[in-house]
Amino acid sequence: MIDNEYVRKQVERDLFPRGPEIERQIGRRRRLGTVWRWVFLGAAALAVLILSVLLLKIVGDANGYVAVESAVTESELLPQSGLDGADGATTLDDLPFDALVSLYQANVSAGRCRAVEYEQRFYDDRLVCDSEERFQTMCASDNPRPACTLPARDAASVRQLIEADVIKPTVVSTWNLWESLFRREEIFQTAATEFPGAEVYFRRWLTWDFVTSPQSSYPEIAGVRTAILGTLWVVGIAVAFSFPLGVGAAIYLEEYASKSGRLNQIIQTNINNLAGVPSIIYGLLGLALFVRALEPVTSGALFGLSDPSAANGRTILSAGLTLGLLGLPIIIISAQEAIRAVPASLRQASYGLGATRWQTVRSHVLPNALGGILTGVILSMSRIIGETAPLVVIGASTYITTDPTGPFSKFTSLPVQIYQWTARPQDTFRDIAAAAILVLLILLLLLNATAIYLRNRYSKRIG
Amino acid sequence: MSGEVLPARPAAPPSPAQAGAAAGLLARKSRPGEKIIEFSLRLAGVISIFTTVGIVFVLVRDALDFFASPAVSLVEFLTKTTWQPQLGEFGIWPLLNATLIISAIGMALAIPVGLATAIYMSEYASARVRAVLKPALEVLAGVPTVVFGYFALTFVTPMLRTIFGDDVVKIYNMASAGLVVGILTIPLVASLSEDAIHAVPDALRQAAYGLGATKRETSLRVVVPAGLSGITAAVVVAVSRAVGETMIVALAAGAGPNFTFNPFDSAESMTGYMVRISGGDLSYGSIDYQSIFAVGLVVFLLTLLLNIISRVIVRRFREVYE
Repeated sequence: MIDNEYVRKQVERDLFPRGPEIERQIGRRRRLGTVWRWVFLGAAALAVLILSVLLLKIVGDANGYVAVESAVTESELLPQSGLDGADGATTLDDLPFDALVSLYQANVSAGRCRAVEYEQRFYDDRLVCDSEERFQTMCASDNPRPACTLPARDAASVRQLIEADVIKPTVVSTWNLWESLFRREEIFQTAATEFPGAEVYFRRWLTWDFVTSPQSSYPEIAGVRTAILGTLWVVGIAVAFSFPLGVGAAIYLEEYASKSGRLNQIIQTNINNLAGVPSIIYGLLGLALFVRALEPVTSGALFGLSDPSAANGRTILSAGLTLGLLGLPIIIISAQEAIRAVPASLRQASYGLGATRWQTVRSHVLPNALGGILTGVILSMSRIIGETAPLVVIGASTYITTDPTGPFSKFTSLPVQIYQWTARPQDTFRDIAAAAILVLLILLLLLNATAIYLRNRYSKRIG
Repeated sequence: MSGEVLPARPAAPPSPAQAGAAAGLLARKSRPGEKIIEFSLRLAGVISIFTTVGIVFVLVRDALDFFASPAVSLVEFLTKTTWQPQLGEFGIWPLLNATLIISAIGMALAIPVGLATAIYMSEYASARVRAVLKPALEVLAGVPTVVFGYFALTFVTPMLRTIFGDDVVKIYNMASAGLVVGILTIPLVASLSEDAIHAVPDALRQAAYGLGATKRETSLRVVVPAGLSGITAAVVVAVSRAVGETMIVALAAGAGPNFTFNPFDSAESMTGYMVRISGGDLSYGSIDYQSIFAVGLVVFLLTLLLNIISRVIVRRFREVYE
């Protein structure tokens, strides 16, 4: 049949091999199979490898040796004469309170001292850096400064002030954890030659102080408290907004609407499309709708509640509503799945007993779908908690040091903070960005652990 | 509940006819509560439509303002290769070009790795290996993108600069952003392709093994072609994700539009531009403000188109097996 002799031989060799050719062919196919097996395994292993490198990199950056130069060291500071009770003291911790205050007063400008004291006074009954009359007039006014209402500072707080304003430690160089572990000698040598006056010590950037301090322009003392509070507010508002809407929409689509209805199909397609819209587009929606068009509402001006420091639409409320819209499709889709998983027999039994549609939904469908619905809510939370782009677009503040006081405050959030710190060129800011990433990852881990717990707990109920 | 819904019970046991009439009455009984609830649930569903309408309305309105301004013409927007708002030059191509190059680099990494991972997980891996791989991929998928941005800037860029030299690779470059966008989309490609491969019926595999095919031959020549529509759809979704990706690009690819095809150069993408411009204090109605909506409209249309294509591929080319 086949004329061409060459082609005939090829076909015979490939399809109908004879003798030793069979062995050769099988061997070749086996080898090829093994090679590809390793290729597939390698690709899969790459994903795990990348994840490990990512985590090691972040943990490494958040810990390690730092070289710190100070304006003045503790030991230089202490011998300054004339301090009561300073005899024999070798560290700041040994000094009594009065000595600490006078040490601070002696080493900062009068203006700085007054400013600090107006924020919070040193003694209950008098001012150190200002006159007695000033204290009386200041606190007698209608709008007294915090100095008159807050309790006086304690020794720890004064020590912090001395640290920040007098000793002024500046991190001049940092090394990551892996360098610190394996190239310790080298680091100390480099530090000794390049920064002779610097003190080198091991620093964990993620400390409890880091979590509880407000943002600052000095990376050495900056923290993420404002950012964490901002994140909690924003995510809280987002969930409060999207949870009832999302579950309501899911109930409507699954229990009320006819599956082939026109509206139902439009909604369904629409939800699937929304899930694919990039988050930054939601940011534009939030900017035009919540920040600009609804400014009287989102700034609180309509209710007479606006925060004087914000006074425009770039508030926690706008951010929360934007992220709420962003999380809505995820909640709807997972709530729909959870409701669909409730066996039809439960509904039929309920209808058979004469229950109305809402009675059936409320007493039978929802309780049984609750686990799935909550899991979906948490998944949507863990998606929006890490969202950065929409918040930057609607105008997250770059620098706030005060805690948010309500939905009409200016806002920042943990991912936005990470973005801003990462975008700075200094290594020290990268290190605190790494520490902030760890905080964010821990928050996410907690959320996901809750989701898994709920899934396991509720999935056993029907079955 | 019988007390509130049933009409007064007649003294004599009801005849079948009477019972039927009572049930009819019950069915016709108006229940305003039920109606209100149904109405509010429907409203909740309709809100999602409002979201889409809102997005389209907002983007189109401000983009129209943008094109209506005398400095801008639609033709130049679509054809020019310079984007310099200070000079009144608004050509989308430098931004679009950067977006496309970054997405292409990302896909060059994510498609082979994601697909091979999917094949390994569904065809080769033992239950124990899967138990490690699957959560690892899920964790990777759950990492916030700003964290990947940090990774790109502080790990991948220095690595590229060590490999190719500091003078070749800029501090901000598209290659680093692209690779990390690729990493970001690996879990997406892997999980969607695995779903597609998983849907291929076992009978096909068994037939291939029955003919003496090796595992590689079965996977690559039978299973993958059979699941091709789903795999293609997965890839298209991944491209759409890469186009809309923002934080990695904003951190690692550089600030400043630059029309270049060199992946080691810095160039700003569409999303990167939107973040940089809106990061400052933006006054409403300025040309900068309007321009981010015009660029946003392009991103939105591009991702929408890709998502629709992906759905069409699944519907049109799906092989149906019994």
